[in-house]
Amino acid sequence: MMGQGCAAALPANPWNWIAVWRRNYLAWKKVALASLLGNLADPMVSLFGLGFGLGMMVGPVEGTSYIAFLTAGMVAASAMTSSTFETIYAAFGRMHAQRTWEGILYTQLTLGDIVLGELAWAASKALLAGVGIMIVATVLGYVTWPSALYALPVIALTGLAFASLAMVVTALAPSYDYVVFYQTLILTPMLFISGAVFPASQMPGGLQQVAGFLPLAHSIELIRPAMLGRPAVSVGLHITALCIYTVLPFFLSAVLLRRRLMP
Amino acid sequence: MSTIAIDLANVSKSYGSKMVVDGLSFTVAPGECFGLLGPNGAGKSTIARMILGLTPPDAGKITVLGVPMPARARLARRHIGVVPQFDNLDVEFTVRENLLVFGRYFGMSTREVTAVIPSLLEFARLEGKANARVGALSGGMKRRLTLARALINDPQLLVMDEPTTGLDPHARHLIWERLRTLLSQGKTIILTTHFMEEAERLCDRLCVLEAGRILAEGRPHALIEEQIGCHVLEIYGGNPHELSALTKPYVQRSEVSGETLFCYAPDPEQLRVQLRGRAGLRFLQRPPNLEDVFLRLTGRGMET
Repeated sequence: MMGQGCAAALPANPWNWIAVWRRNYLAWKKVALASLLGNLADPMVSLFGLGFGLGMMVGPVEGTSYIAFLTAGMVAASAMTSSTFETIYAAFGRMHAQRTWEGILYTQLTLGDIVLGELAWAASKALLAGVGIMIVATVLGYVTWPSALYALPVIALTGLAFASLAMVVTALAPSYDYVVFYQTLILTPMLFISGAVFPASQMPGGLQQVAGFLPLAHSIELIRPAMLGRPAVSVGLHITALCIYTVLPFFLSAVLLRRRLMP
Repeated sequence: MSTIAIDLANVSKSYGSKMVVDGLSFTVAPGECFGLLGPNGAGKSTIARMILGLTPPDAGKITVLGVPMPARARLARRHIGVVPQFDNLDVEFTVRENLLVFGRYFGMSTREVTAVIPSLLEFARLEGKANARVGALSGGMKRRLTLARALINDPQLLVMDEPTTGLDPHARHLIWERLRTLLSQGKTIILTTHFMEEAERLCDRLCVLEAGRILAEGRPHALIEEQIGCHVLEIYGGNPHELSALTKPYVQRSEVSGETLFCYAPDPEQLRVQLRGRAGLRFLQRPPNLEDVFLRLTGRGMET
């Protein structure tokens, strides 16, 4: 019985998820412009509002202008929020109200294929959001190329990790009302503790230790040096941490979703 | 292909303390239309989900198209088409896009799906609607698109959960006609329904379910003959319990359902003569149907 349960919760093969990704891509294409603007508007407003406003008062941070420092943080943060929102709102809707997943389960796809397709799609949107900000920041002269290229796979991995975490929330949430807690109690504090808007070193020691476990902090430790053209340290550690945040929640969410959708 | 399309042996399923399916056994032969008939809550949808391998049974054995479920569900589902109780089409997509996306879930290439779309649209009588958004379709058209979608993998077996619930009579008849066409092509169909007429018209065999158990199983007309076997006179407009006592000597059996008295009488004319002169009574004399069978087996009507 356990074995059968696992087979339904795991991806059936390495390529089935692509059909789910393509379904979401087709839906997105129809509203691409609005979606892009929506994805970019929020981080852009933060960037210009905080960057120019605060930037004039605070002066250089960690040896660079505050806005360049903040840009890197915003790239990571936008990867986090766009993949999270895609998973806790859009994917939740496809699972719950629209019953899209139910239809997919009638085919040869497993629940694991669906979850993997949704995670890959959320990561794609994270990459799109991150690249969007990088392009604008490049025009303004705050990005160092070609070292910023190293940031691209990290943005995708960040999207994957946060989509995976959000999928656990999606699996557990009875309705939309509950996912708000995740957003306000987990994501927003993480944004400030992880060094996205100010250096983590300015925080009390206890919080700094907490930050060492947060996926966003690991993401920023990789993306910021890449965008500022500096050498990154402990690359292996940060990538491993992001991979753990991708893989463990993926399995957990698949098992939880099997219980929820195939009782 | 095996000689049995679906085989359920002693299948049980409960949610918490509620027994939904209770020691159920039946088989469906290839090319047959088999009906699961019962009121809401009889366990029909749960049985359909177990046949698809989407819900594991607590006990018993399920074999579909020769493979054990849910262990080999993925293999079986390649040859199964599903029409669910509630539409789950992609409403933001067009009719064509819905079929394209669904075909890809079966591993079909864009070219392969595109090649079969015209014949599916023709079958579903949606030829002119290929580029219409699903949100703009009528309920009947959506159901037919769901049917077309279920056929995209050229399935041997169709599992339909209340395929015409919520449709108007015209749309329902069109679906029935399409299903008969599929049966004539040799497809196997298992459908759940609470419409007696649907079961009578389509099903070669059916089982009447209540609370997860089979009350009776057989060919619709054999069931009617065996359980009822005489004409029915429905009497409205009086106190049904008082009338029941009055008519007792002239009927084989009678049932009260709501305000109606159902008299099962070998000679309904004689019964009418007896009631002549009583004001306000209305009569409907008709041949027996599955509703009567259900009423007899459960003591109450199907529509709840």
